[in-house]
Amino acid sequence: MTEHTLVGAVNLSLAKALEEDETVILFGEDIGVDGGVFRATDGLVDRFGKDRVLDTPLAEGVLAGMSVGLAAEGFRPVPEIQFMGFIYPALEQMISHASRLRNRTRGRLTCPMVLRAPYGGGIHAPEHHSESTEAMFAHIPGLRVVIPSSPRRAYGLLLSAIRDPDPVVFLEPKRIYRAVREDFEDDGEGMPLDSCFIQREGTDITLVSWGAMMHETLAAADQLAEHGTRAEVIDVATLRPLDMDTILASVEKTGRCVIVHEAVRSNGVGAEIAARIGEDGLLSLLAPVGRVGGYDTIMPLARLEGRYMPSTERVVSAARRALEFE
Amino acid sequence: MTSKSAASEPGTSKPAPAKRKAGVSAPPKTGATPEELLEYFRAMLLIRRFEEKAGQMYGMGLIGGFCHLYIGQEAVVTGVQAALGENDAIITTYRDHGHMLASGMDPRGVMAELTGRRDGYSRGKGGSMHMFARERNFYGGHGIVGASASLGTGIAFANRYRGNDQVCVTYFGDGAANQGQVFESFNMAALWSLPVVYIIENNQYAMGTAVTRSTAQTKLYKRGEAFGIPGQQTDGMDVVAVRDAARKAIGHCRKKKGPYVLEVLTYRYRGHSMSDPAKYRTREEVNKVRSERDPIDHVRELLIAGGTADEAALKEIDREVKALVTEAADFGQQSPEPDPAELYTDVLMTL
Repeated sequence: MTEHTLVGAVNLSLAKALEEDETVILFGEDIGVDGGVFRATDGLVDRFGKDRVLDTPLAEGVLAGMSVGLAAEGFRPVPEIQFMGFIYPALEQMISHASRLRNRTRGRLTCPMVLRAPYGGGIHAPEHHSESTEAMFAHIPGLRVVIPSSPRRAYGLLLSAIRDPDPVVFLEPKRIYRAVREDFEDDGEGMPLDSCFIQREGTDITLVSWGAMMHETLAAADQLAEHGTRAEVIDVATLRPLDMDTILASVEKTGRCVIVHEAVRSNGVGAEIAARIGEDGLLSLLAPVGRVGGYDTIMPLARLEGRYMPSTERVVSAARRALEFE
Repeated sequence: MTSKSAASEPGTSKPAPAKRKAGVSAPPKTGATPEELLEYFRAMLLIRRFEEKAGQMYGMGLIGGFCHLYIGQEAVVTGVQAALGENDAIITTYRDHGHMLASGMDPRGVMAELTGRRDGYSRGKGGSMHMFARERNFYGGHGIVGASASLGTGIAFANRYRGNDQVCVTYFGDGAANQGQVFESFNMAALWSLPVVYIIENNQYAMGTAVTRSTAQTKLYKRGEAFGIPGQQTDGMDVVAVRDAARKAIGHCRKKKGPYVLEVLTYRYRGHSMSDPAKYRTREEVNKVRSERDPIDHVRELLIAGGTADEAALKEIDREVKALVTEAADFGQQSPEPDPAELYTDVLMTL
């Protein structure tokens, strides 16, 4: 076994996909010769050639649009957007074409593409290099939205995303690209794109999160444990389609729930999860569902970033409010 | 760089060429054989009669969604189709019924899609703008203006990657020519020498805005110059001229010389969509093109002057075409409504 970082796992996963399926093609700004701004594609152009790992112009719209055309032709394009803040020109292509090709053509044409982008804050970058706008994509039927929280999950979920017959938006939490290392085999094993992962079992409260925020959430669970509270921690991983069965089963057991995400709180994916718990799990609840999220503001610059990002303390305090509610 | 103009405007800004005279002793010169002319006549007439019927059915409330008719532009798609190889791909915009019929799609399936029924090409989920036929290499109409440019560039990339000699003809209009994704596509297609012919169907109006009011350089075939993409302009009311220009453009791509821009000057007789009263142009302007430059009348005159067919024979073709269209219209109305359960099908492969 070898230790891998999350960005290393992405690289490994892309290499495995390129190796096992010759219809896989990578596109992106600086991904070839330069190996990507975060080195996610480091060395891949040397191994797989410049016909399969392509440096492209700065043109995200046509990058995604061409990928739809290629996918319709039976390829599996994996375009990289350098930062999530640059993804918006591609939004038109993802919403108007990628997400609807199967439906429009009644399955005659499909769109097996994976739009990859590093997302989220915590690296002291300006706002459009730091934001978390996953809810925009999670709102769109016909897309899958997947966010890994660990190196192993990045490897397995990305492989499954590339093998999936439908378009996937794969958002990589860049704050933890190199923060943790994990041992696993480069065994080509994918992970399911339709289920949450129970990261830690517990009985007193359910903490739901995804991406880099899993780390604050787990740290909060540790702090709660010091005071005898056993929190169940769920990594949602796939935001669309959403595996509510796992979350509802957990809330039924614990009766209390706090959802944690880095994205702006209003109209975030946490709101959807809370509403669904209200609709389908109201009678299990012993306290209102809590949400910890980014504030309703533009992602701030570095000096204020720490104030914006949900902290372990904010998660603990939201959990305490839920636990103390009567 | 081989940009050159080979046509006059079919609209109003330049005088139309002298009216063609029928009945002279020597047959008029054309690069097409009598058989080809007959084939083009039938193909264009099918599109026109189909569109007339679709317009009628839309007016009767039988067609939902929008409906953009191709009447007046028939020579463009018919000429290009005649220049295509068997495996070449086609992708276009929302004014797409003509492209579907020209590519050999069944008029019944197209009409049933317009009426939103189960037997439509997209089983009632695509409608007028979103039909596809993989077996005909037809990659759809697309409702978003400019979309075909980047998608078609992707299809061309697939062909280049596979190393085959197939070309993707990518249609869009004079309105789409101002979209950013068109320029992004041009750059990539030129950078990677992709086999794509961008066919700009310049029908003079982007919805209600004349090309001269929206576009700084109205010679749209020059749009590729900055990227080193050769361009040519041709008369879109003359099916043989379109075919010959398309042959040249497609040949350029097939020889792996990279992309090509073909601007085809044409004119749409109807409004942008069925709900457009077309107040941005005069009735005289439309009537002038209809009476002097109609692409179907042009071929009709060539056929008669050349002695290939007489009025009676051409009327017989019209009857056959009308029968096909009537059958399609009946089919489109009789096909069952989509099952409500279809609301949730084909969203993802598995939900």
